[in-house]
Amino acid sequence: MAENSAVPDAAPAAAQSHGVIHDIGFRHYDGERLGRGWIVRSLLVETFRGVFGLGRPAKAKIMPWVLVGILFAPPLIFALIAVLLGLDELPLSYTAYPQALSLIVSLFVASRAPYCVSRDLRHGVMPLYLSRPMRRNDYVFAKFAGLALALFAILAAAETLLFVGALLAKLAVGAQITGYLQGLAVSVLYALVLTSIGLVIAAATPRRGLGVAAIITVLAVVAGVAAVASELLIYNGNETLGNYVGALDPYGLVDGIAVLWFGVDSAFGREVTLGFTGGVAFTAAVIVVVAGGIGLLMRRYRKVGVA
Amino acid sequence: MPAIATQGLTRVFGPVTALSQLTVEMPTGVVGLVGANGAGKSTLIKILLGLLPPTSGSATILGMNSLTDGLKIREIVGYMPESECLPPDVSATEFIVHMARMSGLPTSVARERTADTLRHVGLYEERYRPIGGYSTGMRQRVKLAQALVHDPKLVLLDEPTNGLDPAGRDDMLELIRRVSADFNISVVVTSHLLGELERISDHIVSIEGGVLQHSTSTAAATDFSGVVLVEVTDRGPEAVDRLQAMGATVTTGAQPNSFAVAINDERVLDDVRGVVVDLEVGLIRMQHGRHHLSEMFATQQEALHG
Repeated sequence: MAENSAVPDAAPAAAQSHGVIHDIGFRHYDGERLGRGWIVRSLLVETFRGVFGLGRPAKAKIMPWVLVGILFAPPLIFALIAVLLGLDELPLSYTAYPQALSLIVSLFVASRAPYCVSRDLRHGVMPLYLSRPMRRNDYVFAKFAGLALALFAILAAAETLLFVGALLAKLAVGAQITGYLQGLAVSVLYALVLTSIGLVIAAATPRRGLGVAAIITVLAVVAGVAAVASELLIYNGNETLGNYVGALDPYGLVDGIAVLWFGVDSAFGREVTLGFTGGVAFTAAVIVVVAGGIGLLMRRYRKVGVA
Repeated sequence: MPAIATQGLTRVFGPVTALSQLTVEMPTGVVGLVGANGAGKSTLIKILLGLLPPTSGSATILGMNSLTDGLKIREIVGYMPESECLPPDVSATEFIVHMARMSGLPTSVARERTADTLRHVGLYEERYRPIGGYSTGMRQRVKLAQALVHDPKLVLLDEPTNGLDPAGRDDMLELIRRVSADFNISVVVTSHLLGELERISDHIVSIEGGVLQHSTSTAAATDFSGVVLVEVTDRGPEAVDRLQAMGATVTTGAQPNSFAVAINDERVLDDVRGVVVDLEVGLIRMQHGRHHLSEMFATQQEALHG
């Protein structure tokens, strides 16, 4: 940005009070006007950039990049450990990695989801979007996709670092490729599920601070309660119910899918013994969470800017 | 073709009737839409943008039906809301480029037109700073810029002078006049202050409680009123007495030396001259009186200025 800090504050004020308008004439535009596809794409890109604070003041970049930095550090350490100790596999599997850093991932969702939607609700920007050639649901879709893509991007980047580290440590390539692909699949699910939960809460709490607090609270409380309840149930012999209760936590849900479909070890260190039925149920649950979240968002936005 | 035409437009929110059987045509140029807060101006604008379906009736904007052609209408119409609508954490440039793309402009065109438009509304170096630090006047200019950046055929401006100081109001009104005269974009501008709309509008529409009160061109409303305004240097009351004795209809005002004489026939003008000569006083002014728009609204004076 070509910021001209040499201009004192008085100069713009003076220009304004004179109401000077350089008379070079207003140029009309007869060129192409691109349709809704372009508009949704542009809004998606803007949302994605906004998540990382791009095109925003430096202050908006701190939070996302600190979290991204923390998320990216362990893969480098793991690779180092694997090299130094001559391990034959990574200290932490690809599918378990997002859960292991769930605090960071949750913080990222909690801080970024409100940034995507609360801003437009709180500052009344919605009427400007609605007065443009797009539909309400286009806005919802673009915001959802923008945040989900951003979330997937950081998770996939972390998985890629793990993979690169594993290759540098000269681990068996075949197993690493399988693990890496499983890690990417899990990242897609995490991105969709967490975006859905995060955006629904953020859109319901137009004050950004409240939204951040609400999301982190919901994710942390649900994770805690689900983990404890699941542990107790399994300890007392009701393994099936325990496994289902554990999946109330979004991390438990996606982890369960990884265990049941990919046959990997659970990140929670528990046995998930639900078989095919469980795999179908968990997958259905993901679909319900995502579709339900989008449905709730559409409902939330149906009345915005009208009454 | 009128810029906007409505036929029997009605909108009901539960027990509240926001618009009732509104049938009106607004020509191109600057149309002032006047009415108290809650008169139905914003509801009308939302229906025109195709954001709100009318309960009954229909509206046509630039020949397109608001109910079915919402997307097409919003492509070539700009809207400046009354409320605060700017995110504080981006610069005006960044924001207007984004909004231009949201109107369907390709990025390169969006950048070019953003620079142009911000200059036209009078934002210079400050356009690179976050909007959060702007004055009300600058914010109003940014709001106007986002309505103009995609080169609309018509802009709907909802209370653009709200919150501005007198100098800011004058600048904004001048800018709106330029949008129509120089940019060749039709304007519908709402306000609850008739006085400021009178200055820039070619046509005035007033609504009250969702019902159309008046729709008239400004030229017609400010036509000659059929009186001559007279001001003398001295002995005004005597002059009035003499004129009345001659059979003229005279209206006096607060100033003893100025009064209005009805022109029933042209002879009255000679009588005025004769009286002034007889009394040996100076004649300061003798002028055809014009109607003021506010006379049309005399009955709603309280609603408009209360």
